[in-house]
Amino acid sequence: MLTLLLILLPLLSGFILLLTGSKNARQIALVLSLIEFGLALFALSTLKSGALETLNYNMPWIPNMGISFRLGMDGISMLMVLLSTMLMPLIVYASFNKTYNNAHTLYALMMLMQSAMIGSFVAMDGFLFYIFWEVSLIPIFFIILMWGGENRQKTTFKFFIYTLFGSLFMLVALIYLYLHTANHSFDIQALYAAGRSLPLVEQGLIMGAFFLAFAIKMPVFPFHTWQPSTYVAAPTPGVMLLGGVMSKMATYGLIRWVLPMVPDGVHEYGYLIIGLSVVSIIYASCIAIIQKDFKYLIAYASIAHMGLISAGIFAMNMQSLQGSLMEMMSHGINTVGLFFAYDIIYNRMHTSEMTKLGGIRGVESRFAFLFFIIVLSNVALPFTNGFIGEFLLILGVFQTNMVAASFAGLSIILGAVYMLRAFQKMMLGETNSLTLHFPKLEKQEIITLSIIVILIVVMGVYPKPILEITESSIQTLLQGIQ
Amino acid sequence: MQNLHGIPINYYVILSTALFCVGALGVMLRRNAIIIFMCVELMLNAVNLLLVAFSSYFGDSQAQVFVFFIMAVAAAEVAVGLAILIMIFRNAGTSDTDVLTKLKW
Amino acid sequence: MEQLVKLIPLFPLISFAIIALMNRRLSKPLAAVIACIGVLLSFIDSAVVFQSQLQSFHPVEVKVFDWIIAGDFNASFSFLVDPLSSIFLMVITGVGFLIHLFSVGYMKDDDGMRRFFAYLNLFIFFMLVLVLGNNFLVMFIGWEGVGFCSFMLIGFWYKDNKNNDAAKKAFVMNRIGDLGFLIAMCLIFFNFGSLNYSTLFSPGFLAESSVSTETLTLITFCLFVGAMGKSAQIPLYTWLPDAMAGPTPVSALIHAATMVTAGIYMVARTNVMFSLTPDTMTLVSIIGIATALLGAVIGLFQNDIKKVLAYSTVSQLGLMFVALGVGAYTAAVFHVVTHAFFKALLFLGSGSVIHAMGGEQDIRVMGGLKKKLPITYLTFLIGTLAISGIPPLAGFFSKDQILSEAFAHNKILFALGLLVSLMTAFYMFRLFFLTFHGSFRGTHDQEHHLHESPLNMTLPLIVLAVCAAFAGFVGFPHVIGQGLGLHNLFEAYLSPVLGVSSSHIEASVEWMLMGLTTVLIVMVILYARHLFVSKNYVPESDSHMKGSFKKLAYGKFYVDEFYNKVFTQPLDKVSLFLEKGIDIPVVDGMVRGIGKLTQGLASIARKIQTGNTGYYAIAFVFAILLLFIFFI
Repeated sequence: MLTLLLILLPLLSGFILLLTGSKNARQIALVLSLIEFGLALFALSTLKSGALETLNYNMPWIPNMGISFRLGMDGISMLMVLLSTMLMPLIVYASFNKTYNNAHTLYALMMLMQSAMIGSFVAMDGFLFYIFWEVSLIPIFFIILMWGGENRQKTTFKFFIYTLFGSLFMLVALIYLYLHTANHSFDIQALYAAGRSLPLVEQGLIMGAFFLAFAIKMPVFPFHTWQPSTYVAAPTPGVMLLGGVMSKMATYGLIRWVLPMVPDGVHEYGYLIIGLSVVSIIYASCIAIIQKDFKYLIAYASIAHMGLISAGIFAMNMQSLQGSLMEMMSHGINTVGLFFAYDIIYNRMHTSEMTKLGGIRGVESRFAFLFFIIVLSNVALPFTNGFIGEFLLILGVFQTNMVAASFAGLSIILGAVYMLRAFQKMMLGETNSLTLHFPKLEKQEIITLSIIVILIVVMGVYPKPILEITESSIQTLLQGIQ
Repeated sequence: MQNLHGIPINYYVILSTALFCVGALGVMLRRNAIIIFMCVELMLNAVNLLLVAFSSYFGDSQAQVFVFFIMAVAAAEVAVGLAILIMIFRNAGTSDTDVLTKLKW
Repeated sequence: MEQLVKLIPLFPLISFAIIALMNRRLSKPLAAVIACIGVLLSFIDSAVVFQSQLQSFHPVEVKVFDWIIAGDFNASFSFLVDPLSSIFLMVITGVGFLIHLFSVGYMKDDDGMRRFFAYLNLFIFFMLVLVLGNNFLVMFIGWEGVGFCSFMLIGFWYKDNKNNDAAKKAFVMNRIGDLGFLIAMCLIFFNFGSLNYSTLFSPGFLAESSVSTETLTLITFCLFVGAMGKSAQIPLYTWLPDAMAGPTPVSALIHAATMVTAGIYMVARTNVMFSLTPDTMTLVSIIGIATALLGAVIGLFQNDIKKVLAYSTVSQLGLMFVALGVGAYTAAVFHVVTHAFFKALLFLGSGSVIHAMGGEQDIRVMGGLKKKLPITYLTFLIGTLAISGIPPLAGFFSKDQILSEAFAHNKILFALGLLVSLMTAFYMFRLFFLTFHGSFRGTHDQEHHLHESPLNMTLPLIVLAVCAAFAGFVGFPHVIGQGLGLHNLFEAYLSPVLGVSSSHIEASVEWMLMGLTTVLIVMVILYARHLFVSKNYVPESDSHMKGSFKKLAYGKFYVDEFYNKVFTQPLDKVSLFLEKGIDIPVVDGMVRGIGKLTQGLASIARKIQTGNTGYYAIAFVFAILLLFIFFI
């Protein structure tokens, strides 16, 4: 019931926002998203107390097709729900520095998206997951289309078609599995059983079909080309949702829907995906090095990080999976942080071309300090959350595939190169005529950045609570696979 | 061969086929939208006739339900179709289908 | 005891936090005082811990909190105090405190004084974590943390992009080494299932494990790559000279006394592993001696006072690796300690000189500073004598120990090591004479401005000079010690961790080596005196430089340019190619291609749609007829 409430509340919030009008929309959105976060925390405490049954919800939906409205949560879902409900108020609060036209519609769409994303994190029915997966696309489509920047029609079209294209493969795989279930059901356990009973090659194909859908959304090379242009075209709240939470739907999907479904296929062909992910890491890192625009750089850096996560998931061991979840969490937070820093710079300077900037640290040192910690987390310095994830990922991948892990490790060098270069170009050096008039940060901006920085440091120094949330779930998952 | 009021079932079949063919050819060959429309009605009625004939032949009233259904739909269709036609005529000044080719690529 | 150990890194962390959070609300002197107190408390604490370790060998392990736990991987944030770490604790906090004190004077006119002290404190914290960690991962925290602080401090004057470039270079090059460290950690966990020292280095653990020597060699090799990065060895040494862009106290603390010796600490800490892998050991000594030679040769021709010292550091670190490579871990650590004293002294001395010269660093325009800066002069002399290895100063003992161990191991290694020592003596005295003797060669303004530094700057110099002079006595060589009834305290203290060097050479040979080295060094010094004092030789200006080798060495053998050509530029080119040659045309091209293809096919297919309903009707009817034919 609680889980259902987690989905319904944002939906309801969306409608409330649509009705209220744009005057106080952002304050209302903030309050509503905070309530949602509180609800998620309550769910967490329920999970910790071990009352798993209260988090399950099951109602027949289309019974003669074996489709039911079945929700449930384990540690993995919980973490994802926490991530999205935690980021939502942050994203809403981050948008306070700017007034959007039709703000109530924007926030309503964001709430709808939240609802769909949480739905996909807690759905325990293949059909339902697919529905939520696709529904989440609609609000973000409108967010980019209505509040985006240059070229938004073209990029949103590409983004929409591209992701839809991938999802179709997933749908085909789901239906194929459905037809192989004992009594035609989309129930997750039935699908697992069906998937495991398939011969090896078919398992590999199913894995490939799912991976295609997820790889496009993450994205992983060579399915990433929609991403940089979409990130650039999207408005800041939209891009935060996209990069911060939506990309995690894909990695979550891999853990929930691929690993336990076709374990033999993953064992047999997983190295291909690990290889592809490593290529993706190096490829994206290299391209990030020469980007001139900061937003493009974040986009490519994001691809590199997602590649590492995907490699970790397919390495399929305790360390790599824990690492990937940790990294999903921290990547979500850090991406929001980076995009907010971008937003701050862009709002003031009206450019994010790095060579035009420079010396901002001399004008606004507090911003430089906070921004730098976010940068450090992105280069995975110990005691930041980025390190915990990346270290566990590399450690985990190493146990499955040493060569891949060593190459993946190159990301810590390349990451340092592009991130520090970018920071230097924008923040250090001599102040120029443009940055000389860099206005001071407002209180709201300082608070937002500070929250992100505190999260980064706290998670980096004491990651145990977060690792504990998922520990037993992953153990169960891995035991199920063996 | 059982007769229906003295007329063999074959005759009904042949008549309705002829009616249907007239209707189909009319739809294919004529260019006036009204006539095409009437031809469509003709085809529907050919089917109706067949349905009624077989209904009587087999002593099964189910087919007659269909006939009423078709008639109702046809009536609705006429209402909507004619309205569209009138609008087309008002706007285009013609009901010649060779001229009305705007619905292409 | 455990609480005391926890407090050691906590003090500088607290003072860092205070300064960082209060920032502008603190007055500059107050910030400096807080920073100094933080380190001083840490030093006192370390001294207490050290004292307790001196009594008897009893390693103390302290768990602070659980850090990363994932399945059977468990790395807690825990500390280990044993003789090895306690010695480093003393050096870091002791030298660190003196350098903090020096900085109070040195940085007093700088706007960024608060953040300077904040970074220094943070650095001390991370350095302490590095040596205190009881597993590799905690060492790695410190390892990366000091790299980060070094980045911040090299680029301290961030308005000048030259400094930023140097900082970035240091960070990235360190990162290359860090990758080695990271892979080594993965390998260790993969093969042994733990990263804890107490598990890994418990007696017989490695020998009994079924891990092959090849794997162990790979592990030690990767660890050594990490050490190369941090301790500036070939091929990853070029960041260290550039790192002199930071303020001089930073060069003294981070790039001479503490951080760069982290690599030595790491190898010494993992000595059990290294001892099992002779191949890596050979590599270590080869890289070490090569770096020592290269650093010394380049050092001979540099004219920037800090650059000379930087290359000297590179060279001395090389010597330490030679010692590690021949298995003389104690000698290496001993040299770390003495080197920390005299190199910090020399750097601070140079800082005092630079301060007096108003920022000038070129020794060609100095000269005759002896009278103007008497304390600096005297302390610098002690430092120079110590680094040259004149008995009975500290450098002599540690260097002698390394050389004799090298002699026992390999005569060529010894010969090259001796050569390095001679060159060291030469370039150090070249620097010394050019700076302090002769007549002043700078501008009148500078001459007018010359002054001795205030007490808070000279006091650290004096203390360090005393240490540089007498620290060697804790490690008497056996041959001397036996005569005087003194033991090698240093070796005895560290032996539970590092073992006792097995190589012994005869007393007579050792005496002879000692004598030979000393005589040769004295001769070199006299030659330098002859050249730079009697003949008043001053190195020519850059444009008049003659001799191709000299130019080559002055240009640091153009290694930076080489790296730039071979690594940096190609990386950019490859990246550019990946974007413009692959990403846009090929990868995205395929996506766009599919779109275009669909459009193309559609433009053909749509021709069927004539818009004429008659045709549609005909097509309709014929299609139905076809279906009938097909199915009936």
